[in-house]
Amino acid sequence: MKIGAVRESAPGENRVAMTPESAVQIMKLGHECLIQKGAGERAGFADQAYEAVGVTLVPDEAALGAASDILVGLRPPTEAEADRLKSGQTLISFFYPAQNKELLEVCKDRGATVIAMDMVPRISRAQKMDALSSMANIAGYRAVIEAANNFGRFFTGQVTAAGKVPPAQVLVIGAGVAGLAAIGTATSLGAVVHAFDVRPEVAEQIESMGASFVFLEFEPAQDGAATGGYAAPSSPEFREKQLAKFRELAPQMDIVITTALIPGRDAPKLWLKDMVEAMKPGSVIVDLAAERGGNCDLTVPGEKIVSANGVTVIGYTDFPSRMATQSSTLYANNIRHMLTDLTPKKDGVIVQNMEDDVIRGATVTHAGAITYPPPPPKVQAIAAAKPKEKPKELTPEERRAKELADFRGQTRTQVALLAIGTLLMLVIGAFAPEAFMSHFVVFALACFVGFQVIWNVSHSLHTPLMAVTNAISGIIILGALLQVGSGSWLVVTLASISILIASINIVGGFLVTRRMLAMFQKS
Amino acid sequence: MSIGIVSAAYIAAAILFILSLGGLSGQESAKRAVWYGIAGMALAVGATIWGPGMGHLWVVALMVAIGAAAGAVVAGRVQMTEMPQLVAALHSFVGLAAVFIGVNAQIEMGRIAGMVAAGDAEGLNALTGFAAKVAHKTPVELNILKVEVFLGVFIGAVTFTGSVIAFGKLAGRVDGKAKKLPGGHMLNAGAALLSLILLVLYFNGAGMWALLAMTLLAFFIGYHLIMGIGGADMPVVVSMLNSYSGWAAAAIGFSLGNDLLIVTGALVGSSGAILSYIMCKAMNRSFVSVILGGFGNTTGPAMEIAGEQVAIDAEGVAAALNDADSVIIVPGYGMAVAQAQQSVSELTRKLRAAGKTVRFAIHPVAGRLPGHMNVLLAEAKVPYDIVLEMDEINDDFPSTDVAIVIGSNDIVNPAAQEDPNSPIAGMPVLEVWKAKQIFVSKRGQGTGYSGIENPLFYKDNTRMFYGDAKKSLDALLPMIN
Repeated sequence: MKIGAVRESAPGENRVAMTPESAVQIMKLGHECLIQKGAGERAGFADQAYEAVGVTLVPDEAALGAASDILVGLRPPTEAEADRLKSGQTLISFFYPAQNKELLEVCKDRGATVIAMDMVPRISRAQKMDALSSMANIAGYRAVIEAANNFGRFFTGQVTAAGKVPPAQVLVIGAGVAGLAAIGTATSLGAVVHAFDVRPEVAEQIESMGASFVFLEFEPAQDGAATGGYAAPSSPEFREKQLAKFRELAPQMDIVITTALIPGRDAPKLWLKDMVEAMKPGSVIVDLAAERGGNCDLTVPGEKIVSANGVTVIGYTDFPSRMATQSSTLYANNIRHMLTDLTPKKDGVIVQNMEDDVIRGATVTHAGAITYPPPPPKVQAIAAAKPKEKPKELTPEERRAKELADFRGQTRTQVALLAIGTLLMLVIGAFAPEAFMSHFVVFALACFVGFQVIWNVSHSLHTPLMAVTNAISGIIILGALLQVGSGSWLVVTLASISILIASINIVGGFLVTRRMLAMFQKS
Repeated sequence: MSIGIVSAAYIAAAILFILSLGGLSGQESAKRAVWYGIAGMALAVGATIWGPGMGHLWVVALMVAIGAAAGAVVAGRVQMTEMPQLVAALHSFVGLAAVFIGVNAQIEMGRIAGMVAAGDAEGLNALTGFAAKVAHKTPVELNILKVEVFLGVFIGAVTFTGSVIAFGKLAGRVDGKAKKLPGGHMLNAGAALLSLILLVLYFNGAGMWALLAMTLLAFFIGYHLIMGIGGADMPVVVSMLNSYSGWAAAAIGFSLGNDLLIVTGALVGSSGAILSYIMCKAMNRSFVSVILGGFGNTTGPAMEIAGEQVAIDAEGVAAALNDADSVIIVPGYGMAVAQAQQSVSELTRKLRAAGKTVRFAIHPVAGRLPGHMNVLLAEAKVPYDIVLEMDEINDDFPSTDVAIVIGSNDIVNPAAQEDPNSPIAGMPVLEVWKAKQIFVSKRGQGTGYSGIENPLFYKDNTRMFYGDAKKSLDALLPMIN
């Protein structure tokens, strides 16, 4: 098959869908590569470089269209370009079928197959051809660079001999690929980065990139995983809360980068006019959603404007194109991976396998029919997040009530125990002779002291405690000592044995305890 | 020495004993505390020997000398891993002494009753010490004395045989499995009831034979009670026997009318009771269920365990340890059996020298004695400030790179939290499975003392490091850098 890369006709578009490097790989699949003259020029790839690896140069678009079986490009074709498609020809490029219904009709009528790179499903296997992510990554990086270029201060905080510089405060709205890339770039430049996303589950990703998550108190509306990892439109109440939060943050922020996009819809308006007005002069807003209408009220797509209060609003729609070499390399690789999947046997024969989730999802017209929208993919994009069970937070009143109840319960048990104990004592006292009672008082007090003392013994000293109590229980030797003076030989014998074993107990117990305690040492 | 000075010495001794126990609240003060105990004991014994009513001093001197020498030899020779046996053996001495002293009291009572009956006023006046005291007792006091003697002998006898069996089990001379004669606890209950009947008979003047018969019954109860308790419950048993030996001393104190014996016995008794309570709580079991032996009945089939035990060799463990920043070591009885504490200490030293955080997590019932692991680690010169209790360290496992489990099983069993049907359900355990990686040093695939499967060994982040703990660790040591 002949793969032809077009020279982008859109003004300001510098990228190209094929690089010399990717051409080599494509040719290894058994394909032949063609390229329109000057297609790679603006991305830093000269025609000679293509020729050197064996790519055929074609003078103009008409000739390329006529010679190629598969056309690869970036931007959706213009109507004129679409009209030139042949029956059975395949076009691989961004297409945005939801917004370009008429174009879709044209392509269908021409009998061409269109594979939309923006429709590649978000499943692990398809990541290597996920051009939206690779472009978003670049856009996120570039957004920070553009912001820095238009921002009159350092990003990093410094204390210099000439004065103190506070760090720039950056707010990133929407933590998709572009948002995360922007967070990473801004953090590495030294800014203090805050980030917001409607999907609470990305908080961890945000924090892993070094930003703090702007937390919004709200019941989670839905699970982001159900929409393929993309954000879904939010409820009006949620939107109000969100805007209130932004309004609160606006005066403190130096840089705001908005990346909020909902697939197949216009960009939601999140940074309203009053928020721009609340910002300090010299602040910068970069609106990465400008192409879809912009997240900021003031955004003019494709342009940089300065608001009345001196806030720069950048609405460029060509961030990836501004880094054409980098983005072309990545995009060309995405295209190359797509072709690899389309050429399963590596024999130069394209198999449009409509059973394959990835190919089916990306194909929007095929064999004279519109195949958009695709059926839901068989593989879930992301494992559904399990709902987390939160332990019920007690209000201060409830907590106080609980503490009070606990305290009352404890008091009740203690009083009950004391009452029973006293009663028991009284009963004993009523029957036992006085001599016994005096001993009994000593006994009860000793038990009490024992309980109080032992509770404080540290856990690690339980073995020494056992050894030392063991030694002390050798006090029973006193009993034997008192009896050993008896006149009965039997008593003397038994008492002597008792003295013997009690002595072993005392000496052994104390010595072993000493040995043990001597071993404990601090590091 | 007058009776007043002796009493004063007794008061001093009692205070010293209390200070001695109280001093065990910290490692540093504990070193002073043991001297308080020794001083108190010396004071008490000295005051008694030089006090009024002593006789046969040469016998006393000889016996104390022999006993002290034997005690010193035993204390010097004993391995730290054998501490549980030693403590159990020493308890049995206290029990036996209590029995002898009680029997002596009965003999003296008989003699004096004989003298009184014969009207031998001269003989009565010549009596000294304990006998003189008995001679001056009123009939009511004599009855109370009988009950006291009886109780002292009973507790002493149970303590004696119980401790002997516990010693045998801990030393491995008696099979550690829970064993009961046919009839189970009904036998114990029957023997106890019979003892009660004997008490009534004895109270009503049955004399020596009732006391001796009861002693035999109590011997049987002690034997049978401890035989029915499994090895895993030994920490409770040892502290329970500790408590008994204290109560025996207190009961003897009552019969002899000696306040110091009462105070000291009560201190030891309550100390043992609290320790038993702490141990039971650490196993989430009631004291009664431990005494009745065996684990409670489960309410359903235990949870199925999926997965397999994956083995790892010393190189793998060494690589993970070299990469880790924080390590928690969980020692258990297996470490004591393998005498691996020195190797563990060496491993700790090397890891710490490499700048890693190394800590020890000690479960309250690890080992066979309360605090057993602490003593072993202290012996191997592991600094005590990196040895932490369960509550102090359980929250730190999720932030730990490597947890090493050395010879412990039930105390790290996640089934206690995850499987309501597990026999140990609800027992507080060390949550090692929350660490990023776990290595379990274990001799083989068998289950632990309680015979319960441990799902920890089947977890994805667990690797089994089979082999004798000491040999495994010694193989590991040269690879740590």
